[in-house]
Amino acid sequence: MTVRRAWWKTGLGLVFTALMLFPVYWMLNVSFTKTSDLRLSPPHLFPIDPTLEGYTAVLGQQLPNLGTSLLIGLGCVALTVVIAAPAAYAVALLNLRGGRTLNFVLLVAQMIPAVVMAMGFYAIYARAGLLNSVPGLILADSTVAVPFAVLLFTAFMGGLPRELLQAARIDGAGAWRTFVSVVLPLSRNSVLTVALFAFLWAWSDFIFASTLARNSALKPITLGIYSYIGNNTTQWNAIMATAAVASIPAAILLVVAQRYVAAGVTAGAVKD
Amino acid sequence: MSFPVLRERAEVADDTVSVTVPHPRRRRARRGGSPWVAAAFAAPLVIYLLVFYLWPLVRSIDLSIHDYTVRAFVQGDAAFVGLDNYIAVITSPTFLPALTNTTLFVAVSLVFQYAIGLGLAVFFRSHFPLSGVLRGLFLVPWLLPLIVSGSTWSWMMNSDNGIINSVLRAMGAAPINWLTSPDTAMTAVIIANIWLGIPFNLVILYSGLQNIPADLYEAASLDGAGSWRQFWSITFPLLRPVSAITLLLGLVYTLKVVDIIWIMTRGGPADTTTTLAIWSYREAFGTGQPDLSPAAAVGNILIVIALVFGFVYLRAQRRQENS
Repeated sequence: MTVRRAWWKTGLGLVFTALMLFPVYWMLNVSFTKTSDLRLSPPHLFPIDPTLEGYTAVLGQQLPNLGTSLLIGLGCVALTVVIAAPAAYAVALLNLRGGRTLNFVLLVAQMIPAVVMAMGFYAIYARAGLLNSVPGLILADSTVAVPFAVLLFTAFMGGLPRELLQAARIDGAGAWRTFVSVVLPLSRNSVLTVALFAFLWAWSDFIFASTLARNSALKPITLGIYSYIGNNTTQWNAIMATAAVASIPAAILLVVAQRYVAAGVTAGAVKD
Repeated sequence: MSFPVLRERAEVADDTVSVTVPHPRRRRARRGGSPWVAAAFAAPLVIYLLVFYLWPLVRSIDLSIHDYTVRAFVQGDAAFVGLDNYIAVITSPTFLPALTNTTLFVAVSLVFQYAIGLGLAVFFRSHFPLSGVLRGLFLVPWLLPLIVSGSTWSWMMNSDNGIINSVLRAMGAAPINWLTSPDTAMTAVIIANIWLGIPFNLVILYSGLQNIPADLYEAASLDGAGSWRQFWSITFPLLRPVSAITLLLGLVYTLKVVDIIWIMTRGGPADTTTTLAIWSYREAFGTGQPDLSPAAAVGNILIVIALVFGFVYLRAQRRQENS
């Protein structure tokens, strides 16, 4: 009885999931559709007679953009970890004065709309010559990840066993040595979580890319898709193929690191 | 895009143990180490915040109280105009509709995201075969780049070739000009935004549900309470603090949404999907001629609104922490 009931729930769960993921399925379906079949009414529900036209277009036109996005994502990860981890160490384990204030500032920082930040950056970059540059985008994109990273690291490091830190001190390790040889290795999971989010946010960024790199020779993939939409509205199979390729990091993340993703979302919005 | 805010001790779902944060000791033993060492470790972050948060914010205030034309922008000799930009923005015929659109977009999105998220969280609460995998798949919309979701929804809602209208036609209903008709454009972007927000609500509410003691349900079912009754007498009331936090956080994030609306409608047709954030974005970057001063004024008004609700959120969270 209980078993039958449970499988009945699985069936319902499959229906819900299918409904929820339909847009993703549709993206893939359209990406395999021939250009001549795009305007069919009703459209093919399954990729009967699939074509790789769309994907050929992606490889031909979007490959450099994918590379740019990869570069920006990795740069953003490095910058975020380098800035956030030591600061969190100071707040969580070194009794930094004003640590609470810093936490509060970071919480507030996360609430500032990206549009406003984009305008500020635009004004600064226009003078500094950083518009349309990869470093400029890495810096701007990192503002999304850094406050989150500091808060996550602080929470994690605050819970590390004190005995280990004391042991390190008794062995004569200074603050820097303790950080590098004890704290960082123990915080591996949180570093991974931060890295995943920082990469995904930078990879997905549209607002900063569309404002700070509008005329860039090196475009991130989000802008590649955006200019596709604007320019050739007939080639939706190519647009959807690009979108599918741009979703690969999200897919990898989900398969490899689902538990970290869920942990990152929940981290803290809830307390027991 | 919504992203999580972190607090001490993250309570996470059963399969997410790895990043669960142990309880920090409230009172730390004073340990050695000079305050200067701590300051040195925090210095890069402090400098970073000053240069990459404070400076852009100061610049955006500066933009809003000067009259920056494109020429003045390059030469740096914009005239000081005080609050003129703010007055012009508030008295502009776009302001009231933009405010109404923002309210509508945020309120309707939140209600549905929350209701659907809660329903799914309760559904996934009872473990059944594949429940973990399916719950994981629900994260997908949240992970996809917004440009991907936005363009997919645009094509699905295309008037002539979209799958949604094909289904409507097959059922004998009249097709709808989702994105091109002023009557339905707002509904269309709200539908897409609800879809985007469900994962966030599901994950947070689900982990909130994990903290409701199972024996409460056992006692209730011994007393003969059905699942409907259990939901309204146990789940919903005990989940209230988590619900408040989810909704307030969602509100702060939804207020600043630009990407999804811009990609789908660019605020049109006839401004029917122009929210404050979209208005600001369009003034600054949506046309060939960046008009940064009014855009910054709109943006700063948006900051004030976001911060008001942000502080309500922080207070709600502190209260929950102390309880």
